[in-house]
Amino acid sequence: MAVLVVAEHDNKSIRKATLNAVTAAQKLGPDIHVLVAGEQAGDAAKAAAQIAGVTKVLHADAPHLGAFLAENVAALLVGLSKNYSHILAPATSNGKNVMPRVAALLDVQQISDVSAVESADTFVRPIYAGNALATVKSKDPIKVITVRSTAFDAAAATGGSAAVEQVAAPADAGLSAFVSRELSKSERPELTAAKIIVSGGRGMASGENFTKVLEPLADKLGAAMGASRAAVDAGFVPNDWQVGQTGKIVAPDLYIAVGISGAIQHLAGMKDSRVIVAINKDEEAPIFQVADYGIVGDLFQIVPTVVEELKK
Amino acid sequence: MKILVSVKRVVDFNVKVRVKADGTGVETANVKMSMNPFDEIAVEEAVRLKEAGVATEIVVVSCGAQACQETLRTALAIGADRAILVETNEELQPLAVAKLLKKVTEKEQPGLVILGKQAIDDDANQTGQMLAALLNWPQATFASKVKISSGKAEVTREVDGGLETLSIKLPAIVTTDLRLNEPRYVTLPNIMKAKKKTLEILKPDALGVDVAPRLTTVKVVEPSKRKAGIKVPDAKALVDKLRNEAKVL
Repeated sequence: MAVLVVAEHDNKSIRKATLNAVTAAQKLGPDIHVLVAGEQAGDAAKAAAQIAGVTKVLHADAPHLGAFLAENVAALLVGLSKNYSHILAPATSNGKNVMPRVAALLDVQQISDVSAVESADTFVRPIYAGNALATVKSKDPIKVITVRSTAFDAAAATGGSAAVEQVAAPADAGLSAFVSRELSKSERPELTAAKIIVSGGRGMASGENFTKVLEPLADKLGAAMGASRAAVDAGFVPNDWQVGQTGKIVAPDLYIAVGISGAIQHLAGMKDSRVIVAINKDEEAPIFQVADYGIVGDLFQIVPTVVEELKK
Repeated sequence: MKILVSVKRVVDFNVKVRVKADGTGVETANVKMSMNPFDEIAVEEAVRLKEAGVATEIVVVSCGAQACQETLRTALAIGADRAILVETNEELQPLAVAKLLKKVTEKEQPGLVILGKQAIDDDANQTGQMLAALLNWPQATFASKVKISSGKAEVTREVDGGLETLSIKLPAIVTTDLRLNEPRYVTLPNIMKAKKKTLEILKPDALGVDVAPRLTTVKVVEPSKRKAGIKVPDAKALVDKLRNEAKVL
């Protein structure tokens, strides 16, 4: 049976997390279908057809699928489910919202945030903020899975030529309605897709310091900006900057942690980064236990000198 | 309007968990246990809605072993009115919990059920969505703001890239994100008062729910540890290392 991957997209293009989920799907079988559910999402469906390894794209288009409302998308997926052994979605806010609803409607126990595929029914997933890895075996006839993007390489975005098949959307469930969206406007790379991340913690002391001290460093490196939960709780920066157990999971080539002590909940979100740099005045801060390079000292002096050095 | 809130007893967020030597799970004996932090936010939100005159009664429910009574007492001390424990020593996975909560919801007929978005032990992030599915109710997950008016809830959600606002018809399911509120500290007088509040005990069998796990845990291991690197004296040395040793710039 085929494997279905639910695409994360913005109606025009496919988001990278979809490519990671396709790689996870390839470990489950050769016949991989991608569902693009949206409103006027033809371009996204065309982009999905080009992903290497995808054998078919299902395109469901309706005004009530535009906001990816869980009630409507879950009904669509349940209708499609009988043809599939596995249904996967990236563990994005959309995937986390919709997939458990699908699993419950199918009476199966979802497997969340899978970080490795052992076999068709056995998967590895982090628990306790990544302080333990559980290998679990599912007895359910259909496996409903969300995929930890950082644990799988991205499939090539081009090279495929799958057929696009239109599928009908079930009627609007009428239970919920989209009102508005406020997306953080930024020229920076998206946090979960960035090669370099500059992240600040409680040691930043204010939101203003994120702008004055950290932004020049992020600008110089073309980096995304992140934060610890402490910085979000203190109101320095918005929640969508949060890296950690209950925020975003990232694994860039370079992660620069500034004024972050390194609580286990934060480490859970970034410890798979390739190179970690820590700048903190507390020599005993746990962040130094995972950092490849550390500087002990006052971040307000050190960060500007790093920017100066990078200009040389 | 009645509000139902579910709470889970988990290893306290400050505890560094240890994987058991036999690889069957993590050590939970003699470890500090607390209410799941997102559930605390859920209880607080319900209490605020009651204080604002929107809610009339708050019922708090937990599924698990007898010790969950402590967690329920904490919720009562925050301000819930009465508690229900669905008592079992079996391992409960999110689908089973959602089925139990469905039965309790059908019995209690609340206008709103608030749950934490995720428990910090299994990190599953499923139960609220599953309960919504089983009841065929709308869901608003990862909430950072909840406004109730004329049979609807307007909920602002934390999503990748920013915020999204949905309008959902009541009855509905809301799951909490961390910026929804800051839970109050429980005071001693309220802890004393909580001891006198009603705590009802139900059994899964009596609710007619099969809670058998669908996932078998094959093994639990510690992740490979990152090695601590080196300290460098200054910015110049750091940039040099990043350029010439790590080659990430």
